Amino acid sequence: MLKTSWFKTDKHIIIALSLLAALLCILFLTYGAKGQWGFVLSFRGVKIFALVLIAVAIAVSTVLFHTITHNRIITPAIMGFDALYVFIQTSLLFFLGVIEFINLSGMGKYLLNIVIMVALFLGLFHWLFLKANRSIFLLALTGIIIGIFFRNLSYFIFRLLDPNMFAVLQGELFSSFNAVETDLLGISAVIIGLCLVPIYLMRYKLDILALGRDKAIALGINYKPNVFGLLAVIAILVSVSTALVGPITFFGLLVSNLAYLIVKNQNHVNLLIVACLIAICTLVGGQFIFEKLLGLQGTLSIVIECLGGITFIWILLRTHRR
Amino acid sequence: MIKVQNISKKLGAKLVLDEVNFSLKKGGITAIIGANGAGKSTLLSLMARLLPLDCGQISFDDLDTGKTPSDVLAKKISILTQSNYISARLTVLQLVMFGRFPHHKGRPQKADHAHVAKILELMELDEIADRFIDQLSGGQQQRAYIAMILSQDSDYILLDEPLNNLDMKHARNIMQSLRKIADEMNKSIILVIHDINFAAAYSDLFIALKDGKIIVQGSVDEVMTEGNIELIYDMQVDIKTIDGKKHAFYYT
Repeated sequence: MLKTSWFKTDKHIIIALSLLAALLCILFLTYGAKGQWGFVLSFRGVKIFALVLIAVAIAVSTVLFHTITHNRIITPAIMGFDALYVFIQTSLLFFLGVIEFINLSGMGKYLLNIVIMVALFLGLFHWLFLKANRSIFLLALTGIIIGIFFRNLSYFIFRLLDPNMFAVLQGELFSSFNAVETDLLGISAVIIGLCLVPIYLMRYKLDILALGRDKAIALGINYKPNVFGLLAVIAILVSVSTALVGPITFFGLLVSNLAYLIVKNQNHVNLLIVACLIAICTLVGGQFIFEKLLGLQGTLSIVIECLGGITFIWILLRTHRR
Repeated sequence: MIKVQNISKKLGAKLVLDEVNFSLKKGGITAIIGANGAGKSTLLSLMARLLPLDCGQISFDDLDTGKTPSDVLAKKISILTQSNYISARLTVLQLVMFGRFPHHKGRPQKADHAHVAKILELMELDEIADRFIDQLSGGQQQRAYIAMILSQDSDYILLDEPLNNLDMKHARNIMQSLRKIADEMNKSIILVIHDINFAAAYSDLFIALKDGKIIVQGSVDEVMTEGNIELIYDMQVDIKTIDGKKHAFYYT
């Protein structure tokens, strides 16, 4: 099963990935740099910072989602986060018009997106999971329906848009790592950092939660509050990353499954760290190839989704064989 | 001491348990018997707080399951459920160590390792301790899950069909081990079991459920009569006493 026998323990894997990530970051910072170093480093440093933030948010949220649903081939996107994001953008454009939409400040739009997404999903989780006592699977199914609902509403509005408006919208909806606004990074870093604190505190409980509801309860975990807390963290992480660069949750599926493939002792400390490191390597490395070698032709997210899709099918085929 | 007072449970529109009352002294093995759908598994799940109670009260040594914090109960009660599926990739050793979680809270100590080693040996799992759960046979998996429950080292052990998937040899070994654990370590074991002869050979008490109610309860000798078995299972069997022990013949 494990081809990566060059690494004896998970510590070696983590060290190797950290070195690779550091190397890629240095390469990204210094490759082909001309002119003032101070400017180049701060300009590119901001970009790397953004990439690392997104990588961590997506890797962590996907692994946690797998843990509480006991299913490793779905992503939080199944809950309709992406669809809601598209719907928010579409309706903003439709009701405000092109001029107003473009003039909307980045921070305003960012906060609006996050508040709507987190509020809606926390409300849903609270109602279904805590109040109505439904299972996590019903919750995921409800998420799928909600996703379809918002997607169709968006399609309906698409038809009402004139071609100019539609072009503006399309530019907005493609996830882009180039146009991340720097003033949004600080607040994103704080939010993501705050989300990581409870995860660190729960790191051992996560291993138990992965055993399933009954076993977690039998082993003394307060199941509902813990899972609700994790759902809240996932909602916040996904919202932040989506509001920052657009929908790229498929990427999380890729890095989490690569982590499951190479980590030997699959406790959550190892899994989360390795998934984050793979995510950082992929994003920073991908952006480097895309920006410096290919000269910004196309979009990184398209490349990631394409290669990610192929890798994912390969992983599925391999896992099936055992 | 276990006290189950006036518990009822509705699943959907069906009343699965109807005013069940009993109390058990600490120690020994109690078998819950009854036909499919009689409410046995629901009763165990309620006792282990996996399902919320509709009404009534369950307590273990004066710890009310509805009011006591879950991590306190985890040292008091353990449960083996009927279906066990884990999506995470775990070795037998890791799984059994998770059973110690109520004690070590994620940081296994020397005592935990020693305890787990003892349980692995008892369950004849020491040779496959490093294998992954999903690569084991059904019977080996079942033994690993039982080992996980035993490593939790709780005073009360609830087992829902512990003999699932086990061959004759391992089924007997498990029952002998349970008997030993009950006698030597003064644990109370409550199990749901379908093979009436296995139940009779190793248990002290029977509680028979039918349609959500207790219809017969008592010592094995009291319950193992042709009349009682017909009442519980709606089928006629011959009960024969061989070497002082009662056996039910129901194969033909």
